[in-house]
Amino acid sequence: MIDSKPLIQVDHMTHGYTMAGEVMTVLKDLSFTIDSGEFVAIIGPSGSGKSTLMNMLGCLDISNEGSYLLDGQEVRKLSDNKLAAIRNDKIGFIFQNFNLLSKLSALENVELPLIYRGLPHRERKQIAREALVSVGLEDRMFHRPSELSGGQQQRVAIARAMAGSPPILLADEPTGALDTRTGQEVLQMIHDLNDQGHTIILITHDLAIAEQAKRIIRIQDGVLVEDRRNVK
Amino acid sequence: MILYQSMRMALKSINSSKIRAFLTMLGIIIGVSSVIILVSVGQGTTSQITEQLNGLGTNQLTINITGRGATTSLTYEEALALGSIEGVQDVAPVISGNVTAKHNTDNVSVAVEGITPSYEDVKDFHVQSGRFLLDIDTEYRQKVALIGTGTAEDLFGTEDPVGQKVQLNGISYKIVGLLETKGSSLGGSNDDKILIPISTAERHLQSKGVRSITIATTSADTVASTKTKLENNLNAKFNNATNAFTVFDSQEMLDTVNSTTNTLSMALAGIAGISLFVGGIGIMNIMIVSVNERTREIGIRKAIGAKKIDILTQFMIESIVLSGLGGIIGVGIGVGGSWIVGKYSPLKISISWNMVLISFVFSLIIGVIFGMMPANKAARLRPIYALRND
Repeated sequence: MIDSKPLIQVDHMTHGYTMAGEVMTVLKDLSFTIDSGEFVAIIGPSGSGKSTLMNMLGCLDISNEGSYLLDGQEVRKLSDNKLAAIRNDKIGFIFQNFNLLSKLSALENVELPLIYRGLPHRERKQIAREALVSVGLEDRMFHRPSELSGGQQQRVAIARAMAGSPPILLADEPTGALDTRTGQEVLQMIHDLNDQGHTIILITHDLAIAEQAKRIIRIQDGVLVEDRRNVK
Repeated sequence: MILYQSMRMALKSINSSKIRAFLTMLGIIIGVSSVIILVSVGQGTTSQITEQLNGLGTNQLTINITGRGATTSLTYEEALALGSIEGVQDVAPVISGNVTAKHNTDNVSVAVEGITPSYEDVKDFHVQSGRFLLDIDTEYRQKVALIGTGTAEDLFGTEDPVGQKVQLNGISYKIVGLLETKGSSLGGSNDDKILIPISTAERHLQSKGVRSITIATTSADTVASTKTKLENNLNAKFNNATNAFTVFDSQEMLDTVNSTTNTLSMALAGIAGISLFVGGIGIMNIMIVSVNERTREIGIRKAIGAKKIDILTQFMIESIVLSGLGGIIGVGIGVGGSWIVGKYSPLKISISWNMVLISFVFSLIIGVIFGMMPANKAARLRPIYALRND
C-alpha cells in the first residue's frame, strides 16, 4: 500500500494572521509526511492550531510560508478552482457538526460531491445509494438531516465523504457531537475505511480517541511537539 | 446537470419561504402587469381612433382657411372654383357660425353650417326623414334647414321636427329634414347642429366667407397629388403667405394621432418599466440576504468541491427563477387585467403579444442583472470563512 513517495509532505509550513494589529502565528515551521494508507491522529488542545492545520491539509486555505505537496503537487501554487477540484477528488471531509445541507435528503447530500465532479445522473444515484447502504442507512435515504439522529447524520456525512472514493479522509472531531456509544460506532467505521486502504487524518483534542490511531502527531501553540507510532 | 440541480434547489428554496418569495416578486409582477395593461389600453385607444378616422373617409381633404391679413376667407364662388382642379371630384364648402335657435319658448345655442347639396355625399351625411338641401335652395337663398337629432330633441322633444319652423337669431326657417344620428367624432358632436343653404348662411351669419372646405378626391390614391395641386392653387391666391391655410388629409391626421398615442403608450410603459427596475432592486436585496443566510451552505458546497462557477450558477438561477416566475405571474395578471378592463370599462384594449414577450424577457434580464452582484459575492466567499460562519 505504501508508495515510495509520501501522499502528504509538509515542509516548514508557517501560517499566521493579523488580528487587531497584532500578528498571530498559528502554525510555526511544521514539517512532516504522511504516507498512503496511514491512520494519523492530530491532537492538541483548543487554540493549538490543529484546526488551521486541518484547513491547510484539506486545501481549504493556503499557508503563508512553507510548502505542502499533496500527491506530489504543490498546493500553494494552485488556483481556487484547482483547489476545489482537488478537494472534490482527493479529500473527504467529516465535520464535528456533520455539515449536511438541511434542505436536501440524505441521498441528495451524498450525491452532491458527485454532481460537482460532473458525473451523469444515473451513475451518481447508483454510487450514492451504494455509499448509504454501506453505512447502513438504506432505509433512510429520503429523510432529511433533521429527521435523522446525530449518529445517522454523521453516517450520512461519512457516506458523502466516501462516495467519490477519495484517497484521504479528513475527520475533524467526528465524535465531538455524539454520545460515547454512537461515537464508537463512527470510529469503528473510520477504522474499517482505513483497513480498506484509505488514508485517515483524525483531528481531535481527546487523547482516548487519538490513541485509536496508528500514529499520533501532537501540536501545541502551533509547534509540532510529538510524532510517534502508536504501538498497541 | 448542474443547471437542472440548481433549478430544483432554487424552486426548493422559493417554496420553503413562499411569502418572502412572493413579496420579492411583487415588484416584477406589478411592473410586468402594468406594462401589459397600459400598452394594451394605449393600443386599443389608438386602433379605436384609427377606426374613427377611417370612418371619415380615406379620399377626403379638409381645407381650413386661417387668413391673409384682413381677408380671412374665400368667397363661395372661389371655393366652388376649386372643383375644377384635376383630381377633385366634389367640393363641399362650409360657412359656419353659432346662433340661438328658438322654437316656442325653448332656446338653444347651436352650431350652424351653411352647406351645398354636395355636403351629403362628401361628408356622408344623410337625412332619416324629409329631404336634403337641393341646388334650388342655394340658388334662391331659401330659408330652409336640416336639423340634427340632438338639437331636434332639445327643441321639439318627441315631436316630429320636419315641417316645423325654427327661429335662428330671430329669422324663421322651415325644417325640411331630420339628419341621421351620427354620434360624436373628433370634431365634436355631429348631432347637435343645424344645416342651412350656404347662400342663406352667407347673408345671415355674422361670419362672412368660406373658412372650411371639404373635398372628395376621385380616389384614395390621388389624395396626395390633389393635395399638392390644391396647395399650389391656394398659395397663388394668398400670395404665398405663410399659415394662410392648412390642407388636412385623414392619412396625415392618422399619422399624427398614431404618433401621439404611441408616445403616450411609451411614456406609460416607461413608468411601468421603472416599477420593473425597482422590482429588480427588491430581488437583489433578497438575494443578498439569502447569500448571507446561506454562508454555511456555500462553505459546505465549496469544501466538497464546488467551483466558483457552480456557486455563481446556483445563485444566478435562483435569481432568474424568482424574476422569471414573477414575470410569468405578471403576464397572467396583465393579460387577465387587460381583458377585464376591455370587458367592464368603456376603454378599448388590444393586447400586444410583442409587448407581453418583451416585458417577460425584460423581467428575466432583470433577474440576470440584479442577481449578478449577490451571486458573485457568494461565489467569492472563502471556504474556511464560510464554514466557520454559523
